[in-house]
Amino acid sequence: MVENVLELDDLTAYYKILKGDVKALDGVTFRVERGEILGVAGESGCGKSTLAKTLINREDPLKHISGEAILNDEDIMAMKEKEFRKRRLKNIAIIPQYALDAFSPTKKVKTHIKDIVREHQVKVNSKFWDKVKERFSLVNLDASVLDRYAMELSGGMKQRVIMIISSILDPDFMIADEITSALDVTSQRFVANMLANLRDQDIIGSAMFITHDLAIMYQIADRIMVMYAGHIAEIGPADMIMHNPSHPYTEALISSLPRVGIQHKDQRLEGIKGTPPDLIDIGPGCRFRFRCKYATERCTETPEREKIRDRHFVSCWNHEQLGSDSNE
Amino acid sequence: MSKNNNDDLLLSVEGLTKLFYSGIINKDVTVGAKDVSFEVRKGEIVSLIGESGSGKTTIGRMILKLLEPTDGKIYFKGQDITTLNSKEKKKEYYRNVQGVFQDPYSTFNSLFRVKRIFNMVFKTFMPEAKNKEEKILQAIDEVNITPELLDKYPHQLSGGQLQRLLIARALLLDVDILIADELISMLDASTRMGILNLLIDICKERGMAIIFITHDLNLGYYISDHTLILREGRLVERGDTKKIYKNPVHPYTQMLFESVPDRKEKWDRKEEFLPEQISEKIKEFYKENDKSDFQAVDENHYVLFGE
Repeated sequence: MVENVLELDDLTAYYKILKGDVKALDGVTFRVERGEILGVAGESGCGKSTLAKTLINREDPLKHISGEAILNDEDIMAMKEKEFRKRRLKNIAIIPQYALDAFSPTKKVKTHIKDIVREHQVKVNSKFWDKVKERFSLVNLDASVLDRYAMELSGGMKQRVIMIISSILDPDFMIADEITSALDVTSQRFVANMLANLRDQDIIGSAMFITHDLAIMYQIADRIMVMYAGHIAEIGPADMIMHNPSHPYTEALISSLPRVGIQHKDQRLEGIKGTPPDLIDIGPGCRFRFRCKYATERCTETPEREKIRDRHFVSCWNHEQLGSDSNE
Repeated sequence: MSKNNNDDLLLSVEGLTKLFYSGIINKDVTVGAKDVSFEVRKGEIVSLIGESGSGKTTIGRMILKLLEPTDGKIYFKGQDITTLNSKEKKKEYYRNVQGVFQDPYSTFNSLFRVKRIFNMVFKTFMPEAKNKEEKILQAIDEVNITPELLDKYPHQLSGGQLQRLLIARALLLDVDILIADELISMLDASTRMGILNLLIDICKERGMAIIFITHDLNLGYYISDHTLILREGRLVERGDTKKIYKNPVHPYTQMLFESVPDRKEKWDRKEEFLPEQISEKIKEFYKENDKSDFQAVDENHYVLFGE
């Protein structure tokens, strides 16, 4: 039987600012099964990082408006901060974006690790360090890294250290927010594989892999969720999304991705015209309709989510219009 | 590389080296670039590909005369520009060679309307020009920017719009070479193709050459005619883009291609992949091939076979 680690039901969170409500996350419903990696894709401003923040750390002006997020049978949205604190790192953990820059250059790596885990009432004893060293060897880091300064490490090595710290308490659910974005291509592959390996070895229960880079997401995600302007456009098995996209946005996004073997002389790739809408007090309707070539009158109504095949859902009135010729 | 002095040759870089010194007593030397040579012709797009610290930006900055080379020559239309010192000569050079950088927000002064960059171009380079307004409108029209945006402040525009304005500035100057340093890394997938296609069209229509500095091999393949692969300041492979991508010879180039994510095919997760092993592999490669320097492995495809 499939066990869900996380279930989101109509989760809505806005940035409450003077000018109005920025509807960055609007009625998001999905679940994450134990043992899977869910990729969350989308461009800047689509709500993918807001989703991560809503789940783990809401700070002003980000406010939870409605909806539930059930983690291991408990609604973490209804939880007080004091209560939720106990879950962080143990049940739900995050590898934040820009974590690479958070290392102080004057502290040794082991001091960093000590500081972080102490916050979470973990006993820092020799048993703990043995565990850290064991985890280090999993990702080809030498134990001597503990005695080095953060500035001596490359970006890829720092990212590995961060991932080991974040997963040290074997969390059920891990949010990986743009963990590969700041890295070189060679480190990207290693770090992405590392996330999948942590899952394979049951160190993390399941993960949400947030990135704007669909190509790297496809490498390790079991399912992919595509977001646009605070809504879920489409969610389904990774192969289906990449080879048979059913939402006009997904289709346009994937066909705009360059790949080795496509040169401008032979094939011209097109982007998507226009820019995402302003999310302040945005009204109903499909938010992609302004840039969509399939848009019709009906798109001023917010589309309902439709199940088009097993585990594959799409929110578009006109999804049947999409050609199946997207396979090139 | 054979020297042919035809009219198409715009830029020729020979043995370009940059060493950075740090420390006072124990001087530390960091290699920014070492013995880099390549040529750029009219209407050609050359991509300079490398990871962080490979020296790709350093090379771009030396060509733009923002950094002084330690050794080597840069010839622009036959003239060595590393020795250009007078203000007049430099201005003349910048009239023909311009750069566009990764972060467009830092290029604009946030206190002024974006139109200022165009007015400055006229003031600095073409004070005698007529029909200035008309020329500006024509340039921004080519990059799909509407005139009302000219009166806005940088923070009111998106990154993509600002990048377009910077390209329009280069168009206004009608430069021979545009150095695009990680030009579209900040842009979203859906908007960056528009800018890339725009650059390609301008290049082919006007005969402008582009040195496209990037870490993204997928983009590099799409845009460039020629590819230069850099590692730790040295070129390791150079030549025709399709040839290099089809048949990478240097172990470093091979590893780069193995790590590029593809939107159609997945990596083999069982395959052991350790980026740290590359230094050893390169040493072995140099030892096995008892050659030195760059050797041609095919027509217009050169590989570094020894340090």
